[in-house]
Amino acid sequence: MELAAAVVGQARPGEGMEVYVTRGTDNEVRAYDGAIESLTSADSAGVGIRVVLDGPDGEGSRLGFAWAGSLDPDVVQAALGDARDNARYATPDPDVVLAEPDGFAPVEQDLWDDGVITTPLEDKIALALELERATRGADRRVRQVSSADYSDGRVEVALASTTGIRSTARRTTAFLSVDAIAGEGADSQTGTGFSVGRSPTSLDPDEAKDDAVLRATRLLGAQKARSGRCTVVFDPRVVSTLLSVVASALSGEAVVKGRSFFAGRVGETVANAAVTLTDDPTDSRAFSASAYDGEGLACRRNVLISDGVLRMFVYDTVSARRAQTRSTGSAVRGGFSGTPSAGCRALVLSPGQMGADDILEMVGDGLYVQSVTGMHSGVNPVSGDFSVGAEGLMIRGGSLAEPVREVTVASSLQRMLQSIVGIGADLRWLPGVAAGQTLAIADMQLSGD
Amino acid sequence: MLSEDEQGTTITIPPVTDTSLIDPGVLANVLSAALAHGGDMAEVFAEDSTSASAMLDDRRVEELSSGRSRGAGIRVVAGETTGFAHTSDLSEKGLLAAASAAASVARDGGGTARTVAMQLGPLAAHDRGDRTLPGSVSKSVKLDLLVRADEAARAAGGSISQVQVGCGDSRRRILIANSDGLLAEDDQVRTRFSVVCVANGDTGMQTGHESLARTEGYEIFERHNVEDIARTAAQRALAKLSARPAPSGEVPIVLAGGSGGILFHEACGHGLEADHILKDASVYTGKMGELVASPLVTLVDDGTVLGEWGNFAVDDEGRAPARNVLIENGVLTDYMWDWLRAHKEGRASSGNGRRQSYKHLPMVRMTNTYLLAGRENADEIVAQTPTGVYVSKLGGGQVNTTTGDFVFGTTEAYLIEDGHLTVPLRDANLIGNGPEVLRRIDAVADDFDMTPGTCGKDGQSVPVGCGQATLRITGVTLGGTA
Repeated sequence: MELAAAVVGQARPGEGMEVYVTRGTDNEVRAYDGAIESLTSADSAGVGIRVVLDGPDGEGSRLGFAWAGSLDPDVVQAALGDARDNARYATPDPDVVLAEPDGFAPVEQDLWDDGVITTPLEDKIALALELERATRGADRRVRQVSSADYSDGRVEVALASTTGIRSTARRTTAFLSVDAIAGEGADSQTGTGFSVGRSPTSLDPDEAKDDAVLRATRLLGAQKARSGRCTVVFDPRVVSTLLSVVASALSGEAVVKGRSFFAGRVGETVANAAVTLTDDPTDSRAFSASAYDGEGLACRRNVLISDGVLRMFVYDTVSARRAQTRSTGSAVRGGFSGTPSAGCRALVLSPGQMGADDILEMVGDGLYVQSVTGMHSGVNPVSGDFSVGAEGLMIRGGSLAEPVREVTVASSLQRMLQSIVGIGADLRWLPGVAAGQTLAIADMQLSGD
Repeated sequence: MLSEDEQGTTITIPPVTDTSLIDPGVLANVLSAALAHGGDMAEVFAEDSTSASAMLDDRRVEELSSGRSRGAGIRVVAGETTGFAHTSDLSEKGLLAAASAAASVARDGGGTARTVAMQLGPLAAHDRGDRTLPGSVSKSVKLDLLVRADEAARAAGGSISQVQVGCGDSRRRILIANSDGLLAEDDQVRTRFSVVCVANGDTGMQTGHESLARTEGYEIFERHNVEDIARTAAQRALAKLSARPAPSGEVPIVLAGGSGGILFHEACGHGLEADHILKDASVYTGKMGELVASPLVTLVDDGTVLGEWGNFAVDDEGRAPARNVLIENGVLTDYMWDWLRAHKEGRASSGNGRRQSYKHLPMVRMTNTYLLAGRENADEIVAQTPTGVYVSKLGGGQVNTTTGDFVFGTTEAYLIEDGHLTVPLRDANLIGNGPEVLRRIDAVADDFDMTPGTCGKDGQSVPVGCGQATLRITGVTLGGTA
């Protein structure tokens, strides 16, 4: 914070400035075949500086940005000069302003666990080695564990601006993951499992192992399925990914720039009446929970869709002004080298009453999807077109049946939201911007043979 | 073309050895410290990169950004274990601290300390000619490119409702030294330009994208017209306004030349990376010398193609790139190798050791991966396809190397009916199994072209090139809704 405030102190009269500083440490252990394959440790730090200058003739303001992967004074000073120079070239715009304190009190959260620091490296190494060993021994069909990783990180963030923003935050994360390969005859299938927490002691290696082994082994013998329309039940991990795509269409920035299929639909029914979707970074159970957003405003709970009706979008300061509203405390930024933009941090689809098994029983016949591929190539958050590669199991008579691979499931995001027929009670907090639970969506096109 | 008065000065790059990131004497000390507890190999990878980007969106120049990243990653390999640490402090003190952290893996290895003498070898010949360095081009010249593209895209049709134009450049100076006495440097300049258009019609919104990306400086705009890039993006979005849902199920596919050789990148490229092979996590493990594709397929990975997006003078382990033939007339002839995997097999690296930055460990990565052109005529191939789908532009893709199952997305495609292109189709993913799809290639034309892409693997992104001529696959599953 001292550094951020010191740089802001250099602002010239009439010059707006925001300085974002991060400092962190990461460790990663990869185990393979009973040994440590790699051990990485690293400290990193960086600064991102935004400068806002008045445009000529009062036609608005101009913004320039520069970043540096170092906190050395000469490098920071050079970045400040670059940011000032960059601002001279932007188009003057009355909506370009820095965030101002808006009176919302931050919900302080405990996202830091000293366990990341106090746990000896030997114990962290042992976690990865043990996960690898246990996964290899969990099932005779596991013929390979291509990697078992332990990683942790701690990061401290400070933000200061000429508009009076001063925010600091810190968080720790710990992560275990394992990739299992199951084999039977010439057939091989893969499964990934993981466990996340704020310290090594909060991780559950069995959760990671069991998930990886189950996913890999139950796909053995998978075949293509016959093309047709059916109800698709998505696994919680897939649902988390799905919601992160819906999130990009709920960004106020995408909306004001005409790049969201939700644009102009506030107040309309956009989803099944059972759907309530909330972005709530103040819930510390969320992996990406945060007290402050990427502009230093307090994060808050925003209900985006309730009872199937679109209520609002998430905004940062600039997109909010363009939409003639106020920031919802939803600025996100990709570290010190990125500028803030409007986005969701912690989406939660309100859980329903049914467990995963109840949903399978209700669906009767359909496809259960345990993982998808091509989310970046086959899903378009502007048009809403949706087409992804899928693997999983057929659902027959309300139970999981034979495994399926090399198929796609397709629809449009608009239609999928309307066709939600079952929302699980089995909410899981997952890494990324959204939690997930079992979800059933009717009338999707399955493409196979 | 850049306008006369503001055109950047063309600078001939001085030999990079004049401006070494780290003094050779310091390198020797650091490498010796890295091997203080023993180990098979120690390596210093130093990097100083600058980047700049400008974005025009919603008719405004919204953001000019510039960045600087400088640091070194130190690797110690002891037996089966690699220790790695990185630092943004390039002083001898900072480097020694990182070396000590990386060396901790060898602590119990019982090895003996070694001292390392650095010997400056001759730099690989890699004549890039004169480059217009990004830093020599004024910001207003870059902005002029954006504005011209925005105007050209909007002029392409009244239904174009939104245009986003981006221009970015980077200069990455790297130095690699290892305890085998290798010392290598490179100075990589990359420039990219991209346009994304949204068209709005009765059936909703559609997007179109086109980009140019080269391992060159701003001289690329003397050969490439930004208006053409913008019009291509706009026309893709406009064409899709009347698009029908893509078919569902297995169909013959004709891929246009240069539509994105991503097919080979995903269908077999990743599966031929030696790290997957050595872990028996690739469908191509143990297939050397076997027929793994149609005899029409000769696949090459080639980091030497000057100017292509995956080009460099030395890889991120200091090795010169090579033209590596992976599949010849359908027969698997080689995998791709980095130092670590090659060392395990007692062979030489193929120049495929790459990393995103000094903060990352190197691994086996593709460079420019392409299918050699065939002899047929592209139009004839379409004419001889009674029904099917013609894909003129592919988006991204993804593969599971263990099973060989992969997807790749279409961003511009048309129905083929009676040997003619008819209606445009909405975006969809194609799904197939690598070895199966490669066997189903039954025609390759002579209209070879390359496209740039960004390849992600294990959390690291690197620039790659993909290339292929028009070709036909007799059947792939298309994931449409119709």
